[in-house]
Amino acid sequence: MGDKETNVLNKRLIFNQFFNYFCLALSVFALLPLFLIIFGVLQNGIGRINLSFFLENQPSPSNSGGGILNALLGTFYIVSLATIISTPLSILAGFYLSENRKKRFTELLYSMFNILQSIPAIVIGIVVYAWVVRPMGNFSLLSGSAALAVMMFPYISIAATEMFSLVPNNLKEAGYALGAPRYRLFFKLLLPTSLKGILTGILLSISRVAGESAPLLFTAFGNPYVNFNLNEPTSSLPVLIFQYAISPYKNWQDVAWGASLVLIISIIFLNIMSRYLLKVKKN
Amino acid sequence: MYSVERKEKVFKTFVLLSVLVAPAIIIGMVITLLDGSILVLSEEKLNFFTTTNWDPINKRFGVLVFLVGTFLTSLTALFLSLPFSLAIALVTAELYKKNKIANFISFMVEIISAVPSVVVGLWGIFFMAPVMRELQLFFGYTPYGTGFLTTSIILAFMIIPFASALGREVILLVPEDIKEAAYSLGATRFEVIKKVILPYVSTGFLGGVFLSMGRAIGETMAVTMLIGNVNYFPENIFSPTNTMASIIANEFAEATEEIYISALMGVGLVLLISTLITSVLGKWVIKRLTY
Repeated sequence: MGDKETNVLNKRLIFNQFFNYFCLALSVFALLPLFLIIFGVLQNGIGRINLSFFLENQPSPSNSGGGILNALLGTFYIVSLATIISTPLSILAGFYLSENRKKRFTELLYSMFNILQSIPAIVIGIVVYAWVVRPMGNFSLLSGSAALAVMMFPYISIAATEMFSLVPNNLKEAGYALGAPRYRLFFKLLLPTSLKGILTGILLSISRVAGESAPLLFTAFGNPYVNFNLNEPTSSLPVLIFQYAISPYKNWQDVAWGASLVLIISIIFLNIMSRYLLKVKKN
Repeated sequence: MYSVERKEKVFKTFVLLSVLVAPAIIIGMVITLLDGSILVLSEEKLNFFTTTNWDPINKRFGVLVFLVGTFLTSLTALFLSLPFSLAIALVTAELYKKNKIANFISFMVEIISAVPSVVVGLWGIFFMAPVMRELQLFFGYTPYGTGFLTTSIILAFMIIPFASALGREVILLVPEDIKEAAYSLGATRFEVIKKVILPYVSTGFLGGVFLSMGRAIGETMAVTMLIGNVNYFPENIFSPTNTMASIIANEFAEATEEIYISALMGVGLVLLISTLITSVLGKWVIKRLTY
């Protein structure tokens, strides 16, 4: 090989190495805001975290203390109810989609779930306002759950479809060969074998909707007190953070930071836990 | 006791009904928003889309500012996030494939999508806006802090997980053997990416761009907190403006008059249609690639 060719080769290799590092640098730079956000939330929120922060209701403008009890319980209730509404429907829908794969009609239906997933949360908020809040006459816990249920439905359905599709065909065929009807096959075979995967999907979808405020702004709305009544407005962490973040009061802004810390830690915890579950399944 | 046939029938019906919930919701949404916005559309006719005068007190409703605001912020965000999303996709799907570095980066990127939009907004108000204010002072503009560029940067950050995951997916679709063919001819990694992978996935990327655009269009909370919320076109890259999602988030709760609610439903309809178009187009383009 001549000197010239070695040179060209060297240049190509050096450029290649440079490109590697350049891509890596861009990737790390893209993560920078994430670290800054986590750092900012920790720095501003940690000071507020103590027992009374979890045991007191949100403060009024003149108060100095206060906590997030009403919002924390509110989020818990709204999300639990949404999960209860959407899970059975999603699992059955997932069963249909996985059983009827490769049909034109099923493909069309499946794309509906994808489309539903891409509808902005705020649009779901105003539609559920028209569907539930208007007929009922006021903002309510139930309408908030309905809005979140609409958001969770496609996520869990798609997860369930994937999990059901993973069940080996010969297992299903063995069931059919024994003359088992479809519903038996579903309850005795498909559901138990894919339960863990579906649970992962449910947890992931909870972690996705628990931080949503857009669909709750005009449905669950907000409430300065703890509320368990399905027919009353209910506070939630994301809405509380939004209202307090744009307020002019220092105490409210501090509460917003504390609430953000609680919310972010819960969501990341849920996220990692569901991933862990999935890993256990794969092994 | 019911017979097996009966149970089977009931079960089948439930399964079919459940799966039909999805199209029912979508159609229901379109109908509800159409029905809700009839009032304002019959009042304003085409002016609803072509005028900029949004004045609830005098009952004039034109959404052009929000339309432009939404598409400009989303496009800018898309443009800003493209190099980063592409780099992440390349690192995780090709350069450091199945490597600890790639695992770490894809894990952290997924954590980005776990951060709630309002928390990003909160951080934006107290950390990013002050920085932008300094920048605006430096360039001699009115220091709002919030506004067009602030929003676009935050949006760019927020669509990175989505855009890079799509990029990764299409890069993984490139057949191993054509890559190996290029490597066997002595091509470097960079050359394989430039001459084999990128040309192969270019359609897929177009689909990804559409889908990410849909994501950015619908993003609400962080945008509402950082856009500045004024109903006129941005004068410069820093100025405050408004988007479709943020006008709904800000004004829907306080809208009491029928026509006002109807106007906001109209905005919701336009927003819904925009995201439907981007998502259907995006899916269609990506599907054409996979076949």
